Amino acid sequence: MAKKMALISTKGTLDMAYPPFILASTAAALGYEVQVFFTFYGLPLLRKDLSGVKISPLGNPAMPMPMPIPVAMQMLPGMESMATMMMKQKLKKHGVATLEELRDLCLELDVKFIACQMTVDLFEFDKSEFIEQCEYGGAATFMGFAGDSDICLFI
Amino acid sequence: MNFDKELNARNLSCPLPIVKTKKALNDMTSGQVLKVFSTDSGSVKDMAAFAEQTGNPLLAQEEANGEFIFYMKKK
Repeated sequence: MAKKMALISTKGTLDMAYPPFILASTAAALGYEVQVFFTFYGLPLLRKDLSGVKISPLGNPAMPMPMPIPVAMQMLPGMESMATMMMKQKLKKHGVATLEELRDLCLELDVKFIACQMTVDLFEFDKSEFIEQCEYGGAATFMGFAGDSDICLFI
Repeated sequence: MNFDKELNARNLSCPLPIVKTKKALNDMTSGQVLKVFSTDSGSVKDMAAFAEQTGNPLLAQEEANGEFIFYMKKK
């Protein structure tokens, strides 16, 4: 029987969006059966349009920047978009796949995406904004799979 | 070494060389050999780990001009 990996994706910034998709696609390539449960701020990663996924240097002192930017400057309008643009350029330069590419690879490799119904209701998300390949469920749905998984991570 | 299919995974970072290798193997038949080109130094350990965990033998690997070449046999 195939090994199983269960992930919980809870963060929706550009940097934190990568680990679930990287781990899920890799595990699936290795023959694992994989499910990812997207909840709270992880849920927007299931949107058809991922252009809203951003990164901020604010509150993220470990983020390497070409030059140090004082915290008081980091909160200025446009800083988030600039940091996001810079990060995307860096990812591209180093041959790192885009989030869309990685998510598509996950789907091709039969990774199952579960969207947290409670989060959808809480933030009044419109389900038509999400990709069709996800299912909706709650914590018990996740436990059903995670309960006998070999790897289980909260990201 | 003889091979049946070539995969260009140059200039791609983790996890793409592995995931693309898996996809390439999917389209092959048992016993065929896949030749993979990669420039990702992390793929040396990763390809070995992939081979071990999936049971597709890594027949040989070479390094030349900053490129890594792998020969993997589909189980």
